[in-house]
Amino acid sequence: MTDSKYFTTTKKGEIFELKAELNSDKKEKKKEAVKKVIASMTVGKDVSALFPDVVNCMQTDNLELKKLVYLYLMNYAKSQPDMAIMAVNTFVKDCEDPNPLIRALAVRTMGCIRVDKITEYLCEPLRKCLKDEDPYVRKTAAVCVAKLHDINAQLVEDQGFLDTLKDLISDSNPMVVANAVAALSEIAESHPSSNLLDLNPQSINKLLTALNECTEWGQIFILDCLANYTPKDDREAQSICERVTPRLSHANSAVVLSAVKVLMKFMEMLSKDLDYYGTLLKKLAPPLVTLLSAEPELQYVALRNINLIVQKRPEILKHEMKVFFVKYNDPIYVKLEKLDIMIRLASQANIAQVLAELKEYATEVDVDFVRKAVRAIGRCAIKVEQSAERCVSTLLDLIQTKVNYVVQEAIVVIKDIFRKYPNKYESVIATLCENLDSLDEPEARAAMIWIVGEYAERIDNADELLESFLEGFHDESTQVQLQLLTAIVKLFLKKPTETQELVQQVLSLATQDSDNPDLRDRGYIYWRLLSTDPVAAKEVVLAEKPLISEETDLIEPTLLDELICYIGTLASVYHKPPSAFVEGGRGVVHKSLPPRTTSSESTESPETAPAGAPPGEQLDVIPTQGDLLGDLLNLDLGPPVSGPPLATSSVQMGAVDLLGSGLDSLIGASNFVSPPAAAVPANLGAPMGSGLSDLFDLTSGVGTLSGSYVAPKAVWLPAMKAKGLEISGTFTRQVGSISMDLQLTNKALQVMTDFAIQFNRNSFGLAPAAPLQVHAPLSPNQTVEISLPLNTVGSVMKMEPLNNLQVAVKNNIDVFYFSTLYPLHILFVEDGKMDRQMFLATWKDIPNENEAQFQIRDCPLNAEAVSSRLQSSNIFTIAKRNVEGQDMLYQSLKLTNGIWVLAELRIQPGNPSFMDLELSLKCRAPEVSQHVYQAYETILKN
Amino acid sequence: MIHSLFLINSAGDIFLEKHWKSVVSRSVCDYFFEAQERATEAENVPPVISTPHHYLLSVYRHKIFFVAVIQTEVPPLFVIEFLHRVVDTFQDYFGVCSEPVIKDNVVVVYEVLEEMLDNGFPLATESNILKELIKPPTILRTVVNTITGSTNVGDQLPTGQLSVVPWRRTGVKYTNNEAYFDVIEEIDAIIDKSGSTVTAEIQGVIDACVKLTGMPDLTLSFMNPRLLDDVSFHPCVRFKRWESERILSFIPPDGNFRLLSYHVSAQNLVAIPVYVKHNISFRDSSSLGRFEITVGPKQTMGKSIEGVTVSSQMPRGVLSMNLTPSQGTHMFDPVTKMLSWDVGKINPQKLPGLKGTVSLQAGASKPDENPTINLQFKIQQLAISGLKVNRLDMYGEKYKPFKGIKYMTKAGKFQVRT
Repeated sequence: MTDSKYFTTTKKGEIFELKAELNSDKKEKKKEAVKKVIASMTVGKDVSALFPDVVNCMQTDNLELKKLVYLYLMNYAKSQPDMAIMAVNTFVKDCEDPNPLIRALAVRTMGCIRVDKITEYLCEPLRKCLKDEDPYVRKTAAVCVAKLHDINAQLVEDQGFLDTLKDLISDSNPMVVANAVAALSEIAESHPSSNLLDLNPQSINKLLTALNECTEWGQIFILDCLANYTPKDDREAQSICERVTPRLSHANSAVVLSAVKVLMKFMEMLSKDLDYYGTLLKKLAPPLVTLLSAEPELQYVALRNINLIVQKRPEILKHEMKVFFVKYNDPIYVKLEKLDIMIRLASQANIAQVLAELKEYATEVDVDFVRKAVRAIGRCAIKVEQSAERCVSTLLDLIQTKVNYVVQEAIVVIKDIFRKYPNKYESVIATLCENLDSLDEPEARAAMIWIVGEYAERIDNADELLESFLEGFHDESTQVQLQLLTAIVKLFLKKPTETQELVQQVLSLATQDSDNPDLRDRGYIYWRLLSTDPVAAKEVVLAEKPLISEETDLIEPTLLDELICYIGTLASVYHKPPSAFVEGGRGVVHKSLPPRTTSSESTESPETAPAGAPPGEQLDVIPTQGDLLGDLLNLDLGPPVSGPPLATSSVQMGAVDLLGSGLDSLIGASNFVSPPAAAVPANLGAPMGSGLSDLFDLTSGVGTLSGSYVAPKAVWLPAMKAKGLEISGTFTRQVGSISMDLQLTNKALQVMTDFAIQFNRNSFGLAPAAPLQVHAPLSPNQTVEISLPLNTVGSVMKMEPLNNLQVAVKNNIDVFYFSTLYPLHILFVEDGKMDRQMFLATWKDIPNENEAQFQIRDCPLNAEAVSSRLQSSNIFTIAKRNVEGQDMLYQSLKLTNGIWVLAELRIQPGNPSFMDLELSLKCRAPEVSQHVYQAYETILKN
Repeated sequence: MIHSLFLINSAGDIFLEKHWKSVVSRSVCDYFFEAQERATEAENVPPVISTPHHYLLSVYRHKIFFVAVIQTEVPPLFVIEFLHRVVDTFQDYFGVCSEPVIKDNVVVVYEVLEEMLDNGFPLATESNILKELIKPPTILRTVVNTITGSTNVGDQLPTGQLSVVPWRRTGVKYTNNEAYFDVIEEIDAIIDKSGSTVTAEIQGVIDACVKLTGMPDLTLSFMNPRLLDDVSFHPCVRFKRWESERILSFIPPDGNFRLLSYHVSAQNLVAIPVYVKHNISFRDSSSLGRFEITVGPKQTMGKSIEGVTVSSQMPRGVLSMNLTPSQGTHMFDPVTKMLSWDVGKINPQKLPGLKGTVSLQAGASKPDENPTINLQFKIQQLAISGLKVNRLDMYGEKYKPFKGIKYMTKAGKFQVRT
């Protein structure tokens, strides 16, 4: 006899029959009838018509019958609110029952009857149950408050149930505590501002005690609640961590992950030097690995979370690569996640193993997975530079398999590799071109076209290849069309002579025959660019592309930090903050990782250490990286200097009728594919197109020194490149002021006038302090010496190399650009002597990875001489020691922008008259170290 | 918290629904069906699906989808763990967990589900306690109930829920007091073409069947507890004691339970007990390929390997296989392209082999993928990690229990690449 018999009475009049049975006198028959009703209900049949008859059965001593009726009530009370009131009396009576099980059952069921009218009758019994002597009733009542809140929040607040609930957090029974926390958390979710769970060290202590004794589910609630607490200092954080760590060994994976969340969050507050920090890191790995041997669904959630953890603290799992290797019968969703994590963990140490695995995966059956594996190889190449070569050869092997989708996927990733490592692996282009015909997916076609366009100058038949794509232009997807348009324009700019026809063809296809607005717009833009200003076109189309890096697919750090606070929740599965997807965005408070705060006794806290340079200051050196070329061309050469503004050197084509005579201008345009400087007739033999590269020609800058010694002037701008104007110069620093000593020589046949000078933005904000004063016109073969005072208040942009200075000089003939390297010691200021104590503290405070070591060989000076020589260039010796016959000098210097550089100079006697010096530099902006070293060498050797 | 539960069979019929809060229309499952359609196999249905107003979390067990519906931010592992617990409970109650059995016991199922959650919060998930609240159906009880008119709902308070040992019911009585422990280890491994190990790890569990009167307090110690550095315990185990002495000390639940599970991942500790020699080759020109595999023992500590089965998913282009085994029976399913070979016991003197030809579809090109060989086996009386129980003691009760420890090693996901 099984319950399936309840399903068999599907004949007509079923409800009627049941009704009769429910009203039967026989208890047994009644119960059977209620069972039938419940069975119908479970499969979704509507038996609400029997409501009064079922409720009539409620007054019984039979516990099973009572429970069955309760089940029915919960389901249908909502649809029959008036009838449901009939049940109230029984509930109230049951809440007084001597049996706590009955009391609990009554209060539990009452809460499930989601009828407004009933709720007011509920309050009194609930209040009693919350204070019941039996913990089983109390814990059931706690949940009931949450239920009631869901139905009528106002009522719960008015009746003061929330306060009673808060009191229950201090209950003696751990299950009651856990349920109270759970109920409060759920209520808090709909009341973000209510501060229901305001935790203090006392309540935390209670929770931690309850944590050890309550059920697994209760542990989850408590841990999730703990995660919202912010400990006041690192000690408290550590003590909480210590008490939470045993949860990592729980059999319930949800408990483990919630514990991981608490630890990951509080770890943020611990100092990395702490022994405990290392211990904790070690303890985190095994439970995470264990999660991966659970059922696939659990694995999936765990993997999504591990993905976050690996990004935040890669050190935890860096040795566990192998557990992420894919088993061939893993579900696809697990496979894809594992793959993702494998790439995140890939490093130089394990890359060989990873690649071997990935190659294995690329021969699996599942197409989606194979594709992702091929992509993963590409990502490895981008992430681990040393492996790029190996990755490329693996990809080539895969291309040789000729499996269509593998080839296409490989080409897509090779495109990315080309972008990351330009001009390195172009040898493979030939192999790629062999597979041109087999590409049928838009992404792969687009990638291939991009490669052809980008390397048009190296592919002999680039025009033929692109032309072949052009034949079916209208059948291609937009992605391919756009790429093809750009590629052909690139090709044209690179090989203007042979490809005019092609470019005209593609432009007319894009602009006239296409319905796609994106394509049309891009076509017009190119067309107009090419016809009005081909130089600009070249700059735009062939501009240097920003490098891609592994970071492109990392989660943005602030989001990552937020997500770490949501480990184990849906947010962590979707990798989105809850505000982005939780229904209506209600009740979402942004969480953030706690800042690192140390307890006041700790002596090593950063606040007490004297800061050599405020952290903000070093940022001045590294403002946003701009486009060098763009900045220089934007130099405004007029105002600061006298003289008429210059006419733009490039020839204006004027507005051209694009659709009409556009083609003519296009043909003409090929003449103008040359930079502004070269476009002027009086070009003194500079090869076509070389003007731009001059900007980066750094041959002339030679380090010179200040103070006692000034380097001989070097030629910065040869006459050849500047239509007869030769400029040589050097930098000096005297009594606090920097100047640039220039020598201008006119080697042309005409008189030069109207000189002006301007600097591009540079790393230290060097700028002319006064206009360039050339009093008389400069006659042919005449030379004039000028000292141009400089200041450091100009705008700042980090240059490569750091001491690079790009200069524009103008005269009546043209504008000339050159760049030079200035010796860094012109920037060493006079008050660069640091206090001894300060020196020691700062030296300690600067992390060791910022220390740079250099050798200066064969210096002809002894310690005294070194010290005084350096002093004249504002490098100050703070202390001197003699260790084992070697002189040690401790020195400091300060740059004009306030950066301190600390130096330790060890002088060891080399051969009789020369010394070998060992220089250690520490600075908060380590990029200056190299240049400081060069300054040392220049000063000491001259 | 957990809002509703739907049970769906592989045909896509909802055969049971349970709501712990307001009723959620079953049309929400349409999103699940969509995902089910997209996934080629039932195993590949993603476990977390978002819909405009709800989230669906599902597990697939015994050819049934258990789909939980949640509305607010709830830890998904919590839900999935709970669903697993539901499956375990059904299995515990009815012996098997299948659609007909659930339908046969629908009222009990409903009552049990009602006890497991209250308003979506877990209430009683320990089967010990549930069984006290709702008696599992047995043939005897059904007969007794019909005669006496009594019910299968317990009418005492579930005392365990209030005590400090919520996992154990009080007043347990047995005439034969016995405690059995099974140490079961599964080896997960990937072996590459050349026979070297890519990864290998051991998932071990100690399952217990304890039938002891009263409130016994047990301690279990190991010869080599240092093997266990990555363990998950049943809540009954006293963690402090383990931390300090490496001894398992606990008051056991009544009946069957999993005392602990552990994980050994250090490669040097994982012995690989079998090897597979394989030679599978296809030629470009002909439509015939060669197939040969031999299975042999490797590191077995003198124990014999039993219950060996070999299975392999052949490439799609394979039409048929003409093979002869040296022992056991083999089968090739031409539809699913699955080759399976039931080897039985390995005799080290005469290694089992399977040899023959593979014919490909006419005109089909050489397959791109290499089949992976999946291995199942069992080794009795051996825990491959070397884990050994030292002794088991009982305190708190006077009688002398009967004690037993059994070891077994099995293949978990044991894969050999070719």
